[in-house]
Amino acid sequence: MNDRLPGPVLAVTDLRAYYRTKAFGVEREVRAVDDVSLSIEANEIYGLAGESSSGKTTLIKTIAAAIQPPLEVLAGSVVFNFGGRSVDMHHVDPRELAAIRWKHLSYIMQGSMNVLNPVRHVKQSFVDFAFRHIAKPMPEFLDIVRGHLQRLHLAPDVLDSYPHQLSGGMRQRVTIALATVCRPEFIIADEPTTALDVVVQKGVLAMIHQIQRELGSSIIFVTHDMAVHANLTDRLGIMYAGRLVEEGRTADVFRSPRHPYTAHLIASLPRLGDSAPKKGLEGAPPNLANPPPGCRFHPRCPRASDICGRDTPPMVELAPGHRAACFHPEPVQPA
Amino acid sequence: MSGALLDVDNVVRTYAGGSLFARRRTVAVNGVSLRLEKARPEIFTIVGESGSGKTTLARMILNMVAPSAGAIRFNGTDLSTIRGGRARLAFMKQVQPIFQNPFEAFNPMKRVDRYLFVTARRMAGVSTDAGIVDATDGALLSVGLSLAEIRGRFPHELSGGQLQRVAIARALISRPALLVADEPVSMIDASLRASIVNLLRDLRDRLGVSIIYITHDLATAYYISDRILIMRRGEAVESGDARTVLDNPQHPYSQLLKQSVLSPDPQNRPMNF
Repeated sequence: MNDRLPGPVLAVTDLRAYYRTKAFGVEREVRAVDDVSLSIEANEIYGLAGESSSGKTTLIKTIAAAIQPPLEVLAGSVVFNFGGRSVDMHHVDPRELAAIRWKHLSYIMQGSMNVLNPVRHVKQSFVDFAFRHIAKPMPEFLDIVRGHLQRLHLAPDVLDSYPHQLSGGMRQRVTIALATVCRPEFIIADEPTTALDVVVQKGVLAMIHQIQRELGSSIIFVTHDMAVHANLTDRLGIMYAGRLVEEGRTADVFRSPRHPYTAHLIASLPRLGDSAPKKGLEGAPPNLANPPPGCRFHPRCPRASDICGRDTPPMVELAPGHRAACFHPEPVQPA
Repeated sequence: MSGALLDVDNVVRTYAGGSLFARRRTVAVNGVSLRLEKARPEIFTIVGESGSGKTTLARMILNMVAPSAGAIRFNGTDLSTIRGGRARLAFMKQVQPIFQNPFEAFNPMKRVDRYLFVTARRMAGVSTDAGIVDATDGALLSVGLSLAEIRGRFPHELSGGQLQRVAIARALISRPALLVADEPVSMIDASLRASIVNLLRDLRDRLGVSIIYITHDLATAYYISDRILIMRRGEAVESGDARTVLDNPQHPYSQLLKQSVLSPDPQNRPMNF
């Protein structure tokens, strides 16, 4: 395993990333990520939850420095710490960035069909992604890949198949193998199991967990499925309308959610063996081009008071390692 | 037999693929039967993994695909005997679909109220402007919206939950007896999902609509369904009262399905994970 200095692998500080468009004289600014700070330790699975258009994907795009107009980073920094070398992702030489990607920082994406080239053997995708990072002659490289697949309980002959010959779950496993073959320190997983069936999903999650324990990598795991977070992640951050509203150890967040949005999310989860009526949340998530003033949740919040519509609540540490951005963070017992 | 609203009798659907000389036959649905009673509106859930044939079954119930064998009778009429535009329209008035992704169900270039007005004119048989507005508003009110909120809006101006409500309102305009909802909440955000699921429950209780709810999510199935059918590779492996089946599944596949559901409580985290 790599030597690491103590301290977080990833530190995101006051990150602000907006989509800015100017067309026909109309300027629009979508505040997709607003003042987000978080840090991820070595050997940790950090979960990121939130509904669609809450800024999850924009946040991980800025973390991976995959920024293209109209997305702009206005403030803040994303600093990785790879084996004692610190890298500011937004002020780094593009050639160095290319060398970091996949070797130190890799991605597990949702659409496995879009990652693997549909008209070439799976082997070719491994060569395209990993050959230059591993820097070994081809036969040796293929031995490494086969050994890696075997560790993940995949038959090495998947290398000679086309993506369409594999099932959806199998393809997703191959994508995970592809993302981990260079033994990266940090893995970004963006909804890797959302398109899968429950039975297959469980297997894929177990595989992610196994490889994470083996490599000691850190993972930022993005999904809107709270049940996945409950089963896989060590710490959990909840995003709402472009802001991080709560963060803490997964068990703490589920046991005593402090932000009313989190409390609602957890209380409304359907459970097997429970048919008690659940309440839906009134209203809709705000339009990020024109978010409400103050706390962005206040129009839907049962605890809202005057101050919520005026000031933006700061992230406050309420218990060791448990932060929430709310003026009324009373703990509630989920029903 | 007169009491059956929907009677699916041992239906089979096969698809043939491949070239002329190397035909491959896929049996999508293989001998499935189910029966909904007219007197007892209920939420009937069909659960299965992808490729289990649940969507093919739904398409047969909607009379979009004809069964290769077996018969489907709705109100005593065999669907294969429905001929001609008028009879088809009469059937469509009674059986309405709700689709998975509301953002794909609506044309992004059209205002959503247009769909409602056209449906009211064609399906509810009203021809005056006032009648159309009344029928539309009534349907929207029963899903917790109103015409004032929707009028003149494009799909991108509404949230996924609102849009799915509009889709359900559209299905309700013709006052159907049966709704076929194929994964109606899987594309909806978590904070809005509970309200759509509650709405389906409410429609059953208030309007007496029977609902065929297709899903792969056992937790919401447990929450709303009266009866359940578990499908695997085109065959029904287990069916019965939803709570009984899900509390104590008998078939090994149902047991596997139940074990695979992730518990949303971090305390019960399985050790092998």
